[in-house]
Amino acid sequence: MSRPGFVLEVDDRTPPLLVHNGEGFLLERFPLGTRVVYPPEALPAVRDVDEAIQSALLNPIESEPLPDLLRAGMRLTIAFDDISIPLPPMKKPDIRQRIIEAVLELAARAGVDDVELISANALHRRLTPNELRDIVGERVFRSFFPDGKLYNFDAEDAANLTHLGQTRHGEDVEISKRAAESDLLVYVNVNLVAMDGGHKSTSIGLASYKSLKHHHNSHTMIHSRSFMDHKRSKMHESAWRMGEILTQHVKVFQIETTLNNDIFGGPLEFLQKREWEWSVKDQASMLGTKRALAAAPGKLRHKIFTDVRSNYGLTGVHAGKIEPVHDKTLENVHRQHLVEVQGQSDVAIMGVPFIGPYNVNSVMNPILAACMGLGYYFNSYRGNPIVRKDGAVILYHPVDYEFSQLHHPSYVDFFEEVLAESTDPATIEAKFEKQYAEDPWYIHLYRTSYAYHGVHPFYMWYWISHALDHCGDIVWVGANRKTVERMGFRSASTLQDALEMVSHSVGRSPSITYLHNPPHLLADVR
Amino acid sequence: MMLALEMYRSPAKFLAAKAVGGRIPGILTGPAAPLRLVTINEPKAERPGWARIRPILSGICGSDLGMVTGSTKLYFSAVVSMPFVPGHEVVGELLDDCEDLPKGTRVVMDSVLTCAARGVEPCENCVSGNTNRCDRITVGHVAPGLQTGFCQDTGGGWGNVLVAHRSQLYAVPDGLSDERAVLVEPLAGAVHAALRAKITPGQSVLVSGAGAVGLFATLALRELTQAGRITVVAKHAKQRELARAFGASDVVAPDEVFRGVRRSTGAFRLKPDFGAGEFLLGGVDVAVDAVGSKDSIDTVLRVTKAGGRVVLSGMPASGADLSPVWFRELEVTGTYASAREEPNGRPAFETALELAGRAPLDGIVGARYPLYRWREALDHAHSAGRLGTVKVAFDVRAS
Ligand SMILES: [Zn+2]
Ligand SMILES: [Zn+2]
Repeated sequence: MSRPGFVLEVDDRTPPLLVHNGEGFLLERFPLGTRVVYPPEALPAVRDVDEAIQSALLNPIESEPLPDLLRAGMRLTIAFDDISIPLPPMKKPDIRQRIIEAVLELAARAGVDDVELISANALHRRLTPNELRDIVGERVFRSFFPDGKLYNFDAEDAANLTHLGQTRHGEDVEISKRAAESDLLVYVNVNLVAMDGGHKSTSIGLASYKSLKHHHNSHTMIHSRSFMDHKRSKMHESAWRMGEILTQHVKVFQIETTLNNDIFGGPLEFLQKREWEWSVKDQASMLGTKRALAAAPGKLRHKIFTDVRSNYGLTGVHAGKIEPVHDKTLENVHRQHLVEVQGQSDVAIMGVPFIGPYNVNSVMNPILAACMGLGYYFNSYRGNPIVRKDGAVILYHPVDYEFSQLHHPSYVDFFEEVLAESTDPATIEAKFEKQYAEDPWYIHLYRTSYAYHGVHPFYMWYWISHALDHCGDIVWVGANRKTVERMGFRSASTLQDALEMVSHSVGRSPSITYLHNPPHLLADVR
Repeated sequence: MMLALEMYRSPAKFLAAKAVGGRIPGILTGPAAPLRLVTINEPKAERPGWARIRPILSGICGSDLGMVTGSTKLYFSAVVSMPFVPGHEVVGELLDDCEDLPKGTRVVMDSVLTCAARGVEPCENCVSGNTNRCDRITVGHVAPGLQTGFCQDTGGGWGNVLVAHRSQLYAVPDGLSDERAVLVEPLAGAVHAALRAKITPGQSVLVSGAGAVGLFATLALRELTQAGRITVVAKHAKQRELARAFGASDVVAPDEVFRGVRRSTGAFRLKPDFGAGEFLLGGVDVAVDAVGSKDSIDTVLRVTKAGGRVVLSGMPASGADLSPVWFRELEVTGTYASAREEPNGRPAFETALELAGRAPLDGIVGARYPLYRWREALDHAHSAGRLGTVKVAFDVRAS
């Protein structure tokens, strides 16, 4: 039986608590009275996944059953979420594989020949063939990939984009031509957090820069409170408006799945348990892991973490019309992630782990670390941010000067050139965004190599603009001073020093909340 | 008799200087230097058109340092006459009437010793106003020497008296300070370089180097051309600040050139295998090398777009890889000194005098030394960039 999220106040019996810190973790003693918010334990998983998928496809919400939508001679496109979710990647078989196989089976039965599969990666990097195979499985990969029927979306391939029109707010809706011209677009989603799914899947995943720039900008992002609450997120409002246009042109059959919090298994299981409940075995694995990590050279440590594959249980699969399907999804996501928290605090503390949506099989560079802490985790709230206006955020991550030239070439330049000039999202947007977005070299690397689009670091930076605007102080514990300062933050060597540094704005005995994630949680701040 | 610094022929010292080649300025300006402070006879101004000048300030130029440190090309040995008094960046006062210029006039000097000064029939280049390309710099009634400051007969700015021909002289307007006027010669060189770069409106330019040559080139490019983005390669903080003040759109560190140019021009960056240097496909329209080192030339050749122009403004070292010139069909242009008739139809010195009047040049002459402190002066000039100084000058009257 699962337990709901849990809020604990540190007292003198509380053991040191685990804090994620990049490719490693710390045991930290928090000041007495610190409020610790634990993610809820994993919800029970659906027992028969294949049966659940069949049932969703045959009994969709506000839609005809999938078999009724399939007929010989039609153009069918299956788009699916890319490698950025779930985090960490899931053990095989991936839930997307099981759904895609089920859809393809129904399509085959109906005599549909014209099928293409598209990774809805928008401006994310292309997935390597192996990464595509991990998602869709060996059989699907072998049947579609060699003929070019399974591929990455290319937002820069003008010949293969279709402009469907503008929303009533003048936003361009430009998406994959194949998807736009299909008789049916089946979208296969994985929902790890409330931000994903819904109209975001198609209107963002399959869209070009021309379309994305209407909501991926500093203004929209600063007015999204929060990204986890699609009714209070300007970005989502825009995506929803675009979705209206899109669904006027294309019939979409949306399939959304939700996963539970079972992300660390085996010897890392202690990472998702509450410290005072660690068994002797958990303590032994914790110590063993800590020692192994300390002894391991950087490369090995990196490998230990990038090799993590999670067990995830399926908590729901719903198919049919986008909006009602997404409502069901959100119910499940909230059921898994919501933790009720009474009131804001002066200080929020968060550990940034080794992985985020944009460094799967890669390196978490300083900008991504900032985005993970101040974009992702800071925005993991419903209602109000966990920290009060002008309060302080304290983050843990080494923030090394480390970039992947393969995956993040424009990030290096963004860090060196753009942040040297300004850290203000609006200034950066006005002065540099267009140039990065249209830089032919980045476009070339995005299209032919495995690089994120040139404009992507801007989106990461816009994503943290709400936190920049809201917080008085942002301090990183144990981080590289230079990289942190380049981003406009400060670094402290210990938590005590960090609290000392923020004391001028929050006082000497501030109220503190430590968000103990991952696994993921969504603070429902009342 | 007068006090002067004299460059004298001493093959042993020249070689010694070359061996330590700028690495250890302390030694270089020590006993091994082919330079000495002497009391010698004043140069004579006996022919028509010639007059004596008492220098007020005399700048130390990169080519002077190259000569003293022995890194200057031996190419030059045929066009100088030893011993000579260096110094070609001069503001001084006429000691005699000089045709229409009365005694006492403050003047600056175009140091190139052309046909007019040598009293020979003007060569083709002198006729067309390309005086810096004069072919007669070794003949006539003046000893061989491409410029005042490299010629036995004329004396130079690093002495108490020099002689110059009317064709070389420009009167300094009353409002222009000595500190600004001493910069007119290098500014004229920059005017020449900027106009030689033949920039069409909006073209992107890279200036490699932010010493006096690079900074003045930046200033001239911004003032005299319609260049679009001007990127300057600068090593030191003060240089970065000045580059911006002189009109740079952006400033990059030497190890950031490829990234910076690639970014600003949207070029493609290629890294060949086997340790060959990287280069850009695409890049700036025009690059100006204002350093002359192998590294700098290699860099500008590799970041200029195909069909673009490379302007060599610093005296080039040997050993640069010319494959980009071939592969990218680059146009390589040299610029030397300045001309009496520039592409804008005027002498570079006239334009430079105007620039000297209005540009933000206060503090550019960052240090002044009497002649007898020449070792410190050259040492300072040698490390000027690091020390945040652009121009070191001799205060000749204080000597
Ligand atoms: Zn010079
Ligand atoms: Zn001539």
